[in-house]
Amino acid sequence: MSAVPLLKVNDVSKFYGSRIGCRNASFELYPGEVLAIVGESGSGKTTLLSCLSTRLMPTSGIVEYHMRDGQYRDLARMAEAERRFLMRTDWGFVHQNPAEGLRMTVSAGANVGERLMAVGDRHYGNIRAAACDWLTRVEIDEDRIDDQPRAFSGGMRQRLQIARNLVTSPRLVFMDEPTGGLDVSVQARLLDLVRGLVHDLGLAAIIVTHDLAVARLLSHRMMVMKDGAVIEQGLTDRVLDDPREPYTQLLVSSILQV
Amino acid sequence: MNDLATYNFAYLDEQTKRMIRRAILKAIAIPGYQVPFASREMPMPYGWGTGGVQVTASILGPGDVLKVIDQGADDTTNAVSIRAFFQKVANVAVTTRTKEATIIQTRHRIPEETLKEGQTLVYQVPIPEPLRFLEPRETETRKMHALEEYGLMHVKLYEDIARNGHIATTYAYPVKVEGRYVMDPSPTPKFDNPKMHMSEALQLFGAGREKRIYAVPPYTEVVSLDFEDHPFEIQKFDKPCALCGAENVYLDEVVLDDKGGRMFVCSDTDHCEDRRAHGHAGHMLARPTPESQEAAE
Repeated sequence: MSAVPLLKVNDVSKFYGSRIGCRNASFELYPGEVLAIVGESGSGKTTLLSCLSTRLMPTSGIVEYHMRDGQYRDLARMAEAERRFLMRTDWGFVHQNPAEGLRMTVSAGANVGERLMAVGDRHYGNIRAAACDWLTRVEIDEDRIDDQPRAFSGGMRQRLQIARNLVTSPRLVFMDEPTGGLDVSVQARLLDLVRGLVHDLGLAAIIVTHDLAVARLLSHRMMVMKDGAVIEQGLTDRVLDDPREPYTQLLVSSILQV
Repeated sequence: MNDLATYNFAYLDEQTKRMIRRAILKAIAIPGYQVPFASREMPMPYGWGTGGVQVTASILGPGDVLKVIDQGADDTTNAVSIRAFFQKVANVAVTTRTKEATIIQTRHRIPEETLKEGQTLVYQVPIPEPLRFLEPRETETRKMHALEEYGLMHVKLYEDIARNGHIATTYAYPVKVEGRYVMDPSPTPKFDNPKMHMSEALQLFGAGREKRIYAVPPYTEVVSLDFEDHPFEIQKFDKPCALCGAENVYLDEVVLDDKGGRMFVCSDTDHCEDRRAHGHAGHMLARPTPESQEAAE
């Protein structure tokens, strides 16, 4: 891990009118690091993720990103064109529901190739080759390249969504409940895949999940949220094995042991 | 007795024309950009050229010579009725000859004869937004135009090649205007796309239902989108026109009987007639016999 953080989050709060979305979140994320945000429904996980990924504007606080040119930029002050360019090149966003992140009416190949075309790739053969390569890497058969995601199972769709996001070699990927709605065996394979990719590509990732097992498997560090506030953060193993806050203890102890 | 004017030249009132002219000027200033305008109800249904008619009505002067074509032909329903409309409401001279016309309103073709400086081509446009079928949200497509995010257009072409082995889009083929805006050239066949490039004539596009006007000023770069390894190509025809023998023109297929008989003829009727008048003949052109000439007399 390099000594310079990729993302610096300073005192980010988001209010929906008088209601609190999330408040006073501060942390730093380093390249290659996977951070899990856990907590129950309504605890502000997704709001925080949206603030970090510029899908929502924070009410207060600063989110700074370490650009490829070595400068830190305040995401809220970035021009829209630049922000959108960043989002489709240097970042990825994996939605819980693959239909939100995919174009359901165009083929798998075009879904993967879209980002390449958006950054100016104009060679059909190269785009297709890259799409083939990525489908293989996410364990989708190459002969499904011309099928639409509508014809794919839930797990395949989720893997396709991941391929579509990773094709431009982003440095930071946001994932919102990436395994939600998948059955356990498919979940396990997906987690295995994501763990491999994150490791091989040196990705930094922020993963929102309510599933502590997902956090345990994927993340180096985790943050526990309750009522919009971060109540505990630290190394994943430390937080899960030795939870300090009463709420975290409750959360950990409420996992079913099979 | 009311003192409201009951007649105004070219149907539209002057305030409306003024509003449309302002939209046209803006469109010319930003080639390929879709300018919103307050489209009026016209005495014809949407889809029959209400946008084109409003543009024509706004630029028409008493000295203009108007030609109206529908799929290249001067004698089909849409062309005949719009021509009659302007004869009635503006009493302008009309013609079928491309050379003589100062304003040509068209549905889905660009005349074969190269247009000259001083001529204006008015297109009837059903759907002005080239990104519409890929991105249904208008707010989003506008943003994409503003930020020049046109990767999605190539997704469509990619899908074409993936499904058909070649770019199968044959009409409404997207173009990039002056290196900036991606534009839908209205449902003209892609055969006509190269004619838009550096054209001497002014090209105006009116979409009545969608309330948009856009333009390509004379001598403007119009480039059809493509892939490096799948370059843009226009349609090719095996045979020349069966009536006038013309090659390298856009042909319509005409079914002759129920035994598979068919012929291919120029879609541009004026061009075809002109060539025949100059003695060109295709293999199916009826030759005048002495009897038929007698019958005609």
